[in-house]
Amino acid sequence: MTATPVADERVRAVSLLGRLLRRPELGAVAGTALVIVFFALVAGNSGIYSAKGIVNFLEVSAQLGILAAAVSLLMIGGEFDLSIGSMIAFAGICIAIPATQWGWPLWACLLLAFSVALLTGYLNGLLTVKTGLPSFIVTLGSLFMLRGITLGATRLITGRTQVSGVHDHTDDWLTPLFAGQFGGTPIGWLTDLGLIGLRPDGKPNIEGIPVAVLWWLGMTALFTWILLRTKFGNWIFASGGDANAARNVGVPVARTKIILFMLTAAAAAIFAAIQVLTTGSADTLRGSQKEFEAIIAVVIGGTLLTGGYGSAVGALFGSLIFGLVQMGIFYTGIDTDWFKLFLGAMLVIAVLFNNYVRQRATQSR
Amino acid sequence: MPLIELKSVSKFFGSVIALNEVSFAVEPGEVHCLLGDNGAGKSTLIKVLSGVHLPSSGQILIEGRPVALSSPKEALDLGVATVFQDLALVPLMSVSRNFFLGQEPEIGWGPWRRLDIAAANATTVRELGAMGIQLRDPEQPVGTLSGGERQCLAIARAIHFGAKVLILDEPTSALGVHQASVVLKLIVQAKRRGIGVVFISHNVHHAYAVGDRFTLLKRGRSIGTYAADAISRDKLLDLMAGGKELVDLSKELSALKAAGTG
Repeated sequence: MTATPVADERVRAVSLLGRLLRRPELGAVAGTALVIVFFALVAGNSGIYSAKGIVNFLEVSAQLGILAAAVSLLMIGGEFDLSIGSMIAFAGICIAIPATQWGWPLWACLLLAFSVALLTGYLNGLLTVKTGLPSFIVTLGSLFMLRGITLGATRLITGRTQVSGVHDHTDDWLTPLFAGQFGGTPIGWLTDLGLIGLRPDGKPNIEGIPVAVLWWLGMTALFTWILLRTKFGNWIFASGGDANAARNVGVPVARTKIILFMLTAAAAAIFAAIQVLTTGSADTLRGSQKEFEAIIAVVIGGTLLTGGYGSAVGALFGSLIFGLVQMGIFYTGIDTDWFKLFLGAMLVIAVLFNNYVRQRATQSR
Repeated sequence: MPLIELKSVSKFFGSVIALNEVSFAVEPGEVHCLLGDNGAGKSTLIKVLSGVHLPSSGQILIEGRPVALSSPKEALDLGVATVFQDLALVPLMSVSRNFFLGQEPEIGWGPWRRLDIAAANATTVRELGAMGIQLRDPEQPVGTLSGGERQCLAIARAIHFGAKVLILDEPTSALGVHQASVVLKLIVQAKRRGIGVVFISHNVHHAYAVGDRFTLLKRGRSIGTYAADAISRDKLLDLMAGGKELVDLSKELSALKAAGTG
């Protein structure tokens, strides 16, 4: 189809600011700037913005961001997944137990973890779309079931609730995909320029950027492309915005939602692989409350709780704020007990702000 | 040959008879109005026409061929498009994304396959413009449009995607005078393109302004189909409201008033 856009003389050129105000991620970008400035003023000399400090908060942000990127799509599609925290633990033992107990190669462990995750996501989705129950309830059920299976199976097989020593079995070409650092060479150049400090032993402060950061940025970019530039993205917005309307014009709403549930579960498995291969152990308590932290990051990122509106880029900034605040509080010397107070308050403020933005977006001009 | 025809169609919901032996046909380039009070069976009839419900008995013919419509998508594929009262529009999405929802134009190949947003915007502006709706910006959310503009968008979308039969469920009921007239003009345009329009309404004035034929439903039965030149508006109004019922009502009301003052 070749069509040249027709200019309408009554469409005024909207200023850049006006365009930005329409974007869902605006609040999170502004919030990120605010938080960066805040910690620069309060704890500027404490090393939070040194190479090591930056890598520290980026790693926290990246791990959460991997979850939040997928959760943002699911929430735009109008559903919740409370089971991803438990999914992290379950996927974790699916990697660690076969590797340490049964001598499976790493690729087989990862295959098992991802298959189990995709199946769980599929079942979550199927149950939600077939029964019409709120996904909040369906996945609250899976939250407990998955945690129960994880605990029961791990105790049954290993007699303990923790599986360690994974490193001894995972010396594999696949490991660098999930664990370790990248960018050692440019880091070396920056060190030579004196931009990165040295440790007492003369090596640079940081070895590189954690691979999780690559996953985080890559997934955000991919999901943003899907949301804004593909047919499937259009279906996600429509399924969350008005499922009935979408169905009436032929959008496969059920299939769209099931795919999104599989996506969040897969993101949990990626998170698990990163954690298990980085720390060398799996724990049945891993991932607790990650489902809520991901929702918080996504909501701070401008996605509506009711679905139909939001962005993956917003979730990236939501995660960045999360990591900055969590590490920043540590650097300011304030007792980190206060972190959750801050987090909860930020969530409420973000929701109020989002509601205001939505009203602006939908009101007649 | 009629575009779509119902032959003595009945629909039962348990013990309720929602439609009783109703026959109904739409010719190309005709506006066929379906009139009736609440509970007359209008909604059930539309749902049978649009593939939401299968009839309990009777036959549906599309261009002379008997069909079993088991979903709105199937009806749509056969050229029967229904604009329900909820309009099937997503308020938070842009006008052009709504216009192409479910039938998105794509360019590129393999992993680079993507929405053709420029073409979608241009087509939306052009199609709506051709129907007399000047769009400010194809990327503005549908939530910012007025009720009449939304109705027109939903109708224009159905026409653009090749509807042969257009079923409109109370398209003017919630609109002001000016907006209703825009929608009525759009109906006449659709008819000029040779589309068969089924226009469901409470409002005899709107129906009489554009209708070629009128079918009246009452308590699940058809009480007759009349050509526009064979029936006056007053007669239609009388049939629809139930002339006798109105006379009874005014008697009762005056009795009540008399009781109040006495």
